[in-house]
Amino acid sequence: MNTIRYIIQKEFKQIFRNKGMLPLIFVLPLIQLIILSNAATFEIKNIKVGYVDFDHSSTSDGLMDKFTASTYFQVKDQFPSQQLANSAMLNGDIDVIITIPSHFERDLLKEQKVNLGLQINAIDGAAAGVTNFYIQQVVSTYNNAIRAELIQGNLPSEMLPKNLLTIPSFWYNETLNYKTFMVPGILVLIVTMITLFLSGMNIVREKEIGTLEQINVTPIKKHQFIIGKLFPFVLIGLLLLTIGLVISKVIFSIPINGSILLMYGYTIIYILVILGIGLFISNFTDTQQQAMFISWFFVVIFILMSGLFTPIESMPKWAQVLTDFNPIKYFVEVMRMVMLKGSSFQDILPQIIKTSIYAILMNGLAVWSYKKTV
Amino acid sequence: MSISVRNISKSFKKVQALDQISFEVAQGELFGLIGPDGAGKTTLFRILTTLLVADEGSASVFGFDVIDGMNDIRNSVGYMPGKFSLYQDLTVEENLTFFATIFDTTVAENYHLIEDIYVQIEPFKNRRAGALSGGMKQKLALCCALIHQPKVLFLDEPTTGVDPVSRKEFWEMLKRLQQKGITILVSTPYMDEAALCDRIALIQDGKILDINSPEEIVAKHQHVIYDVKASNPHQLISLLKAYPTAHSVYPFGEYVHYTDQSGEFKQEDLHAYLAHNGLKEIVIQPTPATIEDAFMELAN
Repeated sequence: MNTIRYIIQKEFKQIFRNKGMLPLIFVLPLIQLIILSNAATFEIKNIKVGYVDFDHSSTSDGLMDKFTASTYFQVKDQFPSQQLANSAMLNGDIDVIITIPSHFERDLLKEQKVNLGLQINAIDGAAAGVTNFYIQQVVSTYNNAIRAELIQGNLPSEMLPKNLLTIPSFWYNETLNYKTFMVPGILVLIVTMITLFLSGMNIVREKEIGTLEQINVTPIKKHQFIIGKLFPFVLIGLLLLTIGLVISKVIFSIPINGSILLMYGYTIIYILVILGIGLFISNFTDTQQQAMFISWFFVVIFILMSGLFTPIESMPKWAQVLTDFNPIKYFVEVMRMVMLKGSSFQDILPQIIKTSIYAILMNGLAVWSYKKTV
Repeated sequence: MSISVRNISKSFKKVQALDQISFEVAQGELFGLIGPDGAGKTTLFRILTTLLVADEGSASVFGFDVIDGMNDIRNSVGYMPGKFSLYQDLTVEENLTFFATIFDTTVAENYHLIEDIYVQIEPFKNRRAGALSGGMKQKLALCCALIHQPKVLFLDEPTTGVDPVSRKEFWEMLKRLQQKGITILVSTPYMDEAALCDRIALIQDGKILDINSPEEIVAKHQHVIYDVKASNPHQLISLLKAYPTAHSVYPFGEYVHYTDQSGEFKQEDLHAYLAHNGLKEIVIQPTPATIEDAFMELAN
């Protein structure tokens, strides 16, 4: 016990003496949290719209007015011909071309039906999808309004189209604030990256300096060494989580609906998984550089497949299976569930069980792969 | 026997680091492994300190087998690797306390063993190990290796990169430790240090060339050695090598050491030969053999 305590003490001394490392551990992640939470938005704004109007009627003007009025669109230019509009899109001046056909107003009145041309720059597929959805909404709102207006006079009242009104109610994130959605996720990233990098480089650093050789000839037990190494990083991880939560609450006013205790409890298990992975990497590499590269490799895969930026449901089947082995996925789920939904212990039990198994497995591997002989 | 090595072999991929090495070190003996870089000294240390497993052969330290008695060995030996391997970001005192703690002892308990050495670095006890000079680093490393009162001390090139004064002091310390009954196995590439050991093993390319006391090894040297010096050392070496009865020629400090294979060698003949070939300021004088001469003789 004494040995473990002394190793822990030694690790802390080393961490706090490394003057370059402290700001890296605590300041950089917080800058990340603040910048990323503000910048990593899924909302698409300032969509540059160009249009070609062959109708020049009040109806077509009205439609374009709707776009102009919207904060999401920036109506750039009216183009006299389709060719000019196309070349403007090619130059990147506009993202969307709306083509209003001639006899737009007349056909709408007579045939109750008319086609609009729509071209969207789909280099960024996800953005194009969102843009399309926004345009459809503007068009259909206008459609309802114009039909009511145009048809009103001509039809008996019982034949007037009945409007179906949908009032969406968004649960757990009522204002659809993307920050509420992103901040818990980014918090997860920060805790993960820092603890993985630190632990991944830790043992390998002792290898590089040569101290590991000296340690290995001592009667120190493997588990004493590994526990002594892990403990400081668990504390650092929890400290990061705390600072992150305070910032989320103070700067971003993110609701914390669930039990804080539950969140910390889960985080401890989660950090153990990450540290286990880190130490495992450390045992198989010879230099800090190698350890860093391998850590990055896993972090990038874990992050992109965590459901943080892209929903797991829209991944191919095989990728969905792979995400079951992604600890970040569980942490993101748990953070969102507990923070936003106020989920209880029962609700996150599956994640707790899976993460615990993962933790035992990874740390078992870490202890096993740490060999005291070269 | 304190250390016993029997037919140890170890190879790394294509390099045969140790080839059928056998020797024994008695308790309380100061035993030196003398050989150039790459001779296999460090590999042997790693095997004896249980860091590496040999391909063949067996070895025991203080009666414990290096495989089966691994934990007993780790408890009873002190090891100072060739590369300084203490925590550079911990202070002198913290390093010492750390190693005492992981051996489940305290600095106070074994202070008597390190006192002579520690007093020299005590003024710097709050300085980080990384900021110490080479000589002080070695003293600290020796303290850390001694703090758990080991029965056997393994020192892998402890004086490499250390100034001559500190080297001398270091060897005096080893002598004192030896008097306290500690068996010491030390390796060094410096031949002058070899003379300070009780017995030495000359090792090259993973093979032991000879094991004996330094005096015996020198005494066995049969050829008379001549110090030769001249105005152009480079030309001198090639000329000496071309001399019909030359046995060995190698630079030795400011001189070139020359031995001859014939019994009727005369200094005057060699002098005339060198002068004839245009060398000036020629000096030829017999000199007593050193361990380095013995090593060169055996290595050729």
